[in-house]
Amino acid sequence: MSSTLGNVVRRPARFLLLRIHNQVLLVLVIIAAASVAAAGFVGVAPNRLVSGTPIPLWMAADRLSTTGITLLVAILLVSCTMTPSKLLHLAVAVTAGLLLLLVLAVAGHAARMLASGASSASRFSLGAAFWILAGCAALAVADALQRLQSGVGTQLIAVLVIVTGAGLLAAAGTFDALSIAREYDSRRQLFADALGRHMSLVGASVAAAVVIGFPLGVMAAKKPRLRGPVFASLNLLQTIPSIALFGLLIVPLSALVASVPQLAAFGIGGIGVAPALIALVLYALLPVARNTSAGLANVDEAVIESGRGMGLANRQIFYQVELPLALPVLLAGLRIVTVQSIGLAVVAGLIGAGGLGTFVWEGLGQYAVDLVLLGALPAIFLALAADFVLQILSTVLRRCFAP
Amino acid sequence: MIEIDSVTKSYGDRQVVDRLSMTVAAGEFCVLLGSSGCGKSTTLRMINRLIATDSGSIRVAGQDIRNVPPEALRRRIGYAIQSIGLFPHWTIEDNIATVPRLLKWPQARRRDRVTELLDLFRLEPATYRSKYPHQLSGGEQQRVGVARALAADPELLLMDEPFAAVDPITRDTLQAELANIHRATAKTIVFVTHDIEEALRLATRIAVMQEGRIAQLGSPLDILERPANDFVSDFVGHHGVGLKLLSVRKVSDRLRPDETAEGEPVLFDAPLRDALSAMTTRRTDRLPVCDAQGRKIGAILLSDLVR
Repeated sequence: MSSTLGNVVRRPARFLLLRIHNQVLLVLVIIAAASVAAAGFVGVAPNRLVSGTPIPLWMAADRLSTTGITLLVAILLVSCTMTPSKLLHLAVAVTAGLLLLLVLAVAGHAARMLASGASSASRFSLGAAFWILAGCAALAVADALQRLQSGVGTQLIAVLVIVTGAGLLAAAGTFDALSIAREYDSRRQLFADALGRHMSLVGASVAAAVVIGFPLGVMAAKKPRLRGPVFASLNLLQTIPSIALFGLLIVPLSALVASVPQLAAFGIGGIGVAPALIALVLYALLPVARNTSAGLANVDEAVIESGRGMGLANRQIFYQVELPLALPVLLAGLRIVTVQSIGLAVVAGLIGAGGLGTFVWEGLGQYAVDLVLLGALPAIFLALAADFVLQILSTVLRRCFAP
Repeated sequence: MIEIDSVTKSYGDRQVVDRLSMTVAAGEFCVLLGSSGCGKSTTLRMINRLIATDSGSIRVAGQDIRNVPPEALRRRIGYAIQSIGLFPHWTIEDNIATVPRLLKWPQARRRDRVTELLDLFRLEPATYRSKYPHQLSGGEQQRVGVARALAADPELLLMDEPFAAVDPITRDTLQAELANIHRATAKTIVFVTHDIEEALRLATRIAVMQEGRIAQLGSPLDILERPANDFVSDFVGHHGVGLKLLSVRKVSDRLRPDETAEGEPVLFDAPLRDALSAMTTRRTDRLPVCDAQGRKIGAILLSDLVR
């Protein structure tokens, strides 16, 4: 969640005779305003398969909503010119958070208004202006939190408030008229199954990658002679395109099941979960092993030598000194593989492994963009959530280092 | 305390330590002095089995070190190195208490020992105990490094150029503190350095090493006055020998108890170098001498310095 936007030059720039203190926010506001002026906020289509006609914000939403959004964007614009302070950053974070929730609510409401007079086959999708406006608001929240130099606790609260707000809106039926919600509505059970399958695919493959990759990384760190061959083979795996690897696994696995038919009872076959898991684990091995090895190799030689000199046994040096000092890098590796696996597991839908990819591939086949989104959006949120949770975990773990 | 008997160590074709024999008596401050690559660090690290010997034997407190498990041996021997190697993720208290914790001292005893050592090195325990190494200056970290080596009260302390990386003023203070600790505790210390001044200041005995062998073993005065060969005399430096002698000899060696002089007195156990310096700056040829309590016990004359 912590964006890299915070590390900008803090020197005020001049813009139309005004002193600009927060260039990042200014850029976000300009992008948001331009998108609203130029692109559709919602799209209307006569059915789910044709692409819709974009409708701008001021025509889609009622006057009150449009005014509200304009007002919040104007407040953010004004705040760019104000002298930075903790209070200002906090105010920006709150305003941008409100803007995000308001944009969500207005989009849902607008779709409902448009739907009330249209046929039931009509579809109301979210337009480019919506995505850009919501994205800019989210980035503005992240940037303001960064400027506040807020701890993980504050970030957690901010995320919880926004997620709860969006959840309440959803529970109140705000989004029901949107096409993505209609796609969801007709596949509730399928969606729940796919989400569960996706998470278990990712969980199982990351767990397996840690179990295999961690010892590989330790070995590479301890025995420099092995480092070359280990990383050369893992790098090679990483270069195989994901679709190709999923395809390549079909042949050997089918052959395996053909010769040992009992394996089929465990769900092993050329397509399905088995090849998906194998491919996901293979892709996850390199980041796990490389970060383990790099983390351990970065531990100061003098620290290990003085530990040995004082009589720590090798096992004690590993668990009490090397591992805790390498932990931040190890956890960074875990974050990388988790986020990467969530994305790759979508591709695994292609070979019948289930998961959110099912909707993406089905949607692509039918040219139904909303169905693609039903698969892609949760995958994105899953990745963001995993990244955030692991970041909190690494902060917490770093604090419990004392022997 | 330590008996090293024709110990040899080579890496590949390179003989790093060559049939080296020496003994270090209990309470001695023995400095292994030599340029880099002479085998002094290797010798030191063989004593606590960080490096295995190829042949020969080493006995610590009468016990052949090969008969003691390496971890148990090292927990009995204090060890401090140039790069300090404090554990960055542990507090100062945890760092100092490393060996006591390994020896399973009870919590209260560990705590008391940490307080005692922080006091000894003039680091306010209340402030420093819970700090992390990166919050300390280089000199403070090195103090903690030495305190950590002393934590379990080992009879023997091995130090590998511990003050080489700190600035000259801090090094001076640290050397004085170490000399005081040695005087107060009578621990046996084996200290590796390439710095002749440091060796002369701290050692009770110096082993000058050259290509894995001992070129000369003797008191600081022996080394300066009677260098065994050209190598040793080169190493201690021809030109500065006179001044180095002045820094090894004490005022008390040249004291005239029945004479007196005016002005600020010099301490009886200060090196002659200090007396010369004081005479030069005050443009005088005699100085009063006092004892540790500040009582005047005589005088020293300029001519005494060259006697």
